[in-house]
Amino acid sequence: MENWIIYILNGLYFASFLFLTALGLSIILGVMGILNLAHGSLFAIGAFMAAWIIGALGVHAPVSIFILALFAALILSGLMGLVLETSLIRPMYERALEYQLLITFGALLLIEDLIKMTWGGTAYYASKPFEMMGILSIGDNQYPLYFLFAMLITVVAGIGIWLIMAKTRVGIMLRAISMDREMAKAMGIRTGRLNTLAFGMGAALAGLAGALVVPTTPALLGIGMEPLIIAFIVIVIGGLGSLKGALVGSLIVGETRSIGIVLFPEIELPLLFLVAVIILVFKPKGLFGR
Amino acid sequence: MRFIGQFLRPKSFVYLGIFIVLLFMPKVLPIYQLMLFESGLTFAIMSLGFNLLLRYTGLLSFGHGALFATGAYAVGMMGRYFPELYRIEILIPVALLVSLIVSALFGFICVRHTRIFFSILALALSMVLFALLVKLYDITGGSDGLHIDLPSMFGKSFEGMRRPEFLSGAYYYFLLCTFAVSTIIMLGIVNSPFGKALQSIRDNEVRAEMIGIRVRRYRWYAFVLSGLFTGLGGALWSFVNGHITPEVAEWVFSGEIVYMTLLGGFMVLEGPIIGAILFTYLKLYAVSITQYWMFIIGATLIILVLLLPEGITGGFVRLFSRIKKSEATGAA
Repeated sequence: MENWIIYILNGLYFASFLFLTALGLSIILGVMGILNLAHGSLFAIGAFMAAWIIGALGVHAPVSIFILALFAALILSGLMGLVLETSLIRPMYERALEYQLLITFGALLLIEDLIKMTWGGTAYYASKPFEMMGILSIGDNQYPLYFLFAMLITVVAGIGIWLIMAKTRVGIMLRAISMDREMAKAMGIRTGRLNTLAFGMGAALAGLAGALVVPTTPALLGIGMEPLIIAFIVIVIGGLGSLKGALVGSLIVGETRSIGIVLFPEIELPLLFLVAVIILVFKPKGLFGR
Repeated sequence: MRFIGQFLRPKSFVYLGIFIVLLFMPKVLPIYQLMLFESGLTFAIMSLGFNLLLRYTGLLSFGHGALFATGAYAVGMMGRYFPELYRIEILIPVALLVSLIVSALFGFICVRHTRIFFSILALALSMVLFALLVKLYDITGGSDGLHIDLPSMFGKSFEGMRRPEFLSGAYYYFLLCTFAVSTIIMLGIVNSPFGKALQSIRDNEVRAEMIGIRVRRYRWYAFVLSGLFTGLGGALWSFVNGHITPEVAEWVFSGEIVYMTLLGGFMVLEGPIIGAILFTYLKLYAVSITQYWMFIIGATLIILVLLLPEGITGGFVRLFSRIKKSEATGAA
């Protein structure tokens, strides 16, 4: 029984950074209608930035350094997102789908090599925060407190995004754009600036997710590829452009994966997809799709 | 009759000429260049299939690498488990059959959606295949991949021969002929009533449905046909490369397929062929001059999308029509 509590908690941890990645992807897709293939690379920027800061400053790694690293990752990825949107993505809004996808694919290739140029091809280890935070005992099992900390950060970020989307003027305008872009324009909403903002926000979330992962896995080249793919599955399950969809989708995916690793260790990724296909058969637009 | 009529145009004689010139390539090109050209040809067969979906059906697949890998792995697995059947006249039909099954399965799921969801689904499915190829080490060789031996061709064994000799000999002609036949078949498909139906679906789904075209089923057929060409390309490529790894199923390779097609220009049938061959050289050149080859590929891709969206062939067409127009105004 206690084992299962651990598995479920592991699933929650996995779901938490997945939620941040998928939420960013979902905001970009919902507001701008662009599938950002470079999202995994923004995730990787966050991961490398955080690992580098923890490695350089956090010799004793107090939690404050880690929080600093999280912010640095968030800001760097967000800035990268702003640069991407204003330079490459902006001319693409009126273009066909294949060009939109290809330009983000090109951005992915560029960013992957930029990361390689900046941080070199070696792995960065930053497990200090993980070790420092200690371990919680649940019965005979041990559970790292870091996982709970990561969930806490995710909840804070999720509530923050929800507050922005639900309560602020900017959030309402963003939701209006994602519902009907033409109408929003006609009502005098400046879609250009808001697009940039939405892209930056999505990118920052990806960077935060990347930074949260780094204490448990080293920052390697191509670290963002798998989260990107799984975030796609989350979006397919949860439905386009909805915060609720991203949340429920990532919980389903996180738990499925965590339990799948225990029961069918070889095929946990195909298993995830099986779940997605079953959901799509009954709900073609995803659980909360419009 | 109309189908035959298509081949009695001046253009066809140009292509016949090109085909004859290509027959002499092994005599002219150094072996290394020739091998590159051969992998370009296999990519060209693949991109023909890819373009059936993109240009003629209006579906952008970001997971065609998986279908390419299917063909390649069909060959590799045959070599591993049925070495006595390792003959090219058996391997190619087997690869086609396996591609048929896999693309029917993938297509069945993917065509439930269009546009961006179709692309995501194709991508995610391809990653499932990638994960299986990597994880099932005992069956597929995992990330080490599989070695591809030289097959016997029509009763003639090539055992003990070195790969370059094999590739510049009989195999080159086999590949070239397969390529020519594939191109002709694809030309037949896109000009058939079936091809026209696909194009009507692309242009207006609702209207196509109204005139009695079974939209989803036709999309599925198109996906399977596309998968067959792609799998054939993969099978033929495996012999050229001599080694296959799961990387061809990864979505980055699928992205490269999209790139090739747009590089050549997907509005004309010939575009993807040119794009595939050019891309092979471009990538190899980039890899050989710098470790940051992805940067070069990415930058050229972005420049292409921003400045030359119709690809190389589209650029030429535009140039020609502009020259014609200026001649016309000049005469007047």
